[in-house]
Amino acid sequence: MGGFTHYLIQRLLAALVTLIGVATIVFILMRLLPGDPARIIAGLLASPEEVERIRVQLGLDKPLPVQYVLFMGRLFVGDLGISARTNQPVLMEVAARLPNTLKLALVSTALASVFGVTAGVLAATRRYSLFDYIASFGSLIGISMPVYWLGLLLIIVFAVKLHWLPAAGADKPTSIIMPSLTLALFSVALVARMTRASMLEVLNQDYIRTARAKGLRERTVIFRHALQNAFIPVLTVIGLQFGALLGGAVLTESVFGWPGIGLLMVDSIFARDYPVVQGIVLVFSALFILVNLIVDILYAYIDPRIHYG
Amino acid sequence: MAEATLAGVGDLELRKESLLALTWRRFRRHRPALVGMSILVMFALLAVLAPVLTPYDPTAQRLTQALIPPSPAHPLGTDHLGRDILARILYGTRLSLLIGVFAVLIGLVVGVPLGAVSGYYGGKVDMIIQRVADTLLSFPSILLALSLVAVLGVGLQNVIISVGVGTIPSFIRLVRGTVLALREETYVEAARCVGVSDWGIIWKHIMRNAMAPIIVQATLSMGTTILVAAGLGFLGLGVQPPTPEWGAMLGEGRQYIFSAPYMATFPGLAIFLAVLGFNLVGDGLRDALDPRLWQR
Repeated sequence: MGGFTHYLIQRLLAALVTLIGVATIVFILMRLLPGDPARIIAGLLASPEEVERIRVQLGLDKPLPVQYVLFMGRLFVGDLGISARTNQPVLMEVAARLPNTLKLALVSTALASVFGVTAGVLAATRRYSLFDYIASFGSLIGISMPVYWLGLLLIIVFAVKLHWLPAAGADKPTSIIMPSLTLALFSVALVARMTRASMLEVLNQDYIRTARAKGLRERTVIFRHALQNAFIPVLTVIGLQFGALLGGAVLTESVFGWPGIGLLMVDSIFARDYPVVQGIVLVFSALFILVNLIVDILYAYIDPRIHYG
Repeated sequence: MAEATLAGVGDLELRKESLLALTWRRFRRHRPALVGMSILVMFALLAVLAPVLTPYDPTAQRLTQALIPPSPAHPLGTDHLGRDILARILYGTRLSLLIGVFAVLIGLVVGVPLGAVSGYYGGKVDMIIQRVADTLLSFPSILLALSLVAVLGVGLQNVIISVGVGTIPSFIRLVRGTVLALREETYVEAARCVGVSDWGIIWKHIMRNAMAPIIVQATLSMGTTILVAAGLGFLGLGVQPPTPEWGAMLGEGRQYIFSAPYMATFPGLAIFLAVLGFNLVGDGLRDALDPRLWQR
């Protein structure tokens, strides 16, 4: 298992380097902002004394390399700054909204995994059947559909016309239905495409013929032998999808007024609340990196062929 | 020996001729790709012929004509300012295609050379470029675009830059992979032996063979960039009013979703069809250009 530990450490380090890279890009972007960063962070209504206080507090009066070290140091202890709008710590603002976004993303990932994999397996095992054509065409539509348009269409049908579901907000138990369906469609489609392609490749392998030849039931062949091997690229897609889901959450939350960090980010951009925007970008990226790290580690469990060292 | 080489060269010339023809033949037989191609040709025509196809000015406000449902005079209705929605969608085609083309150009111009250098030279340069690509890839594309817009500000030019930057890492990855595979080919080694410079080898010998995947990626990226740019417009952070832009039209339509649902229906259909067109053509090109599928 030494190889695995080595691999684990290697992946952890790579994730850390990427995270530092993201933070560095955010730092550079914030310094590219036109105008005085202290003034921007303080907000437009701040007094000159207030601006000066923030300048000193954030170390903006020091040379750039020192600022960079200070910035990274603050991030390291979880200090994302103070919101210009509410004067609350950004970390708290984000923490208050994050569960809503995670709920949406997790429900959508679950939908994508269940329906995407099922549709992909069915399409691959019934290749060139009517179901295969419908699933293939449907998933092409799914990946071409703008989430914000799909959301609006669902609102028109289920809220405006049929009055079945609430058009916006998160206060009713049924509120999550439309946002999660909206967010999930793209991922369902992508996972279905990937599963189908991956299954087709595996089903042509010799060991599948062997499994059939030795008289195993078709279901055993498909699920024990084929799907297990076809699942690795699918898992990658599901992992990568989580990032797209977080991005899609920004749009979906805006459509449905879902109180997550995506909506908070858009509101903060309009309000020029840069500390919050910066904090959310960092949190989103950290989540994405974390999920991909988990996927990388899962590989080792699922695929015994992969040896790292 | 000399004869054999010459024969080989002649062979190559012949293959190059038929390569295009072969691609076209395979592409033509790919029915979904043809559908996609028709959609794209239609949009190109709509963009060019917009002034001929509609008598309305896409930005002219006539408040007395506001929120008229689809009718013979206004086939797709009018918006909250009395502007003809069909006219705005037609003129919006120009904008979406423009954003798509220029954003993908940014990805190509920056991503392809970086990927080529990364794959050809390897070592430290490769490591640094790959770290940067990894970092960019760890931002979901709409998030990256949003962050850049937050910094650069809204407007057409900034939208193109913000969306274009997001396409860079995928081109870096793609080109690097292809170059890595081709670097050790015999013909590249041969070129190196006769003293062709590194750049000569990369551009004349390697890139020519890397074109196919780059074209596929560029086509698929067109769809993504249009989707993301319209997303920015939808949030009110893209191209600004009164410019007719599909995403911004959807954003405005959302305000009237109870009284005038058609306002949020048709611009979205346009975005969807354009993205579908690029995805279909991209898929078709990938199949047509994939030598593994050239058996028949």
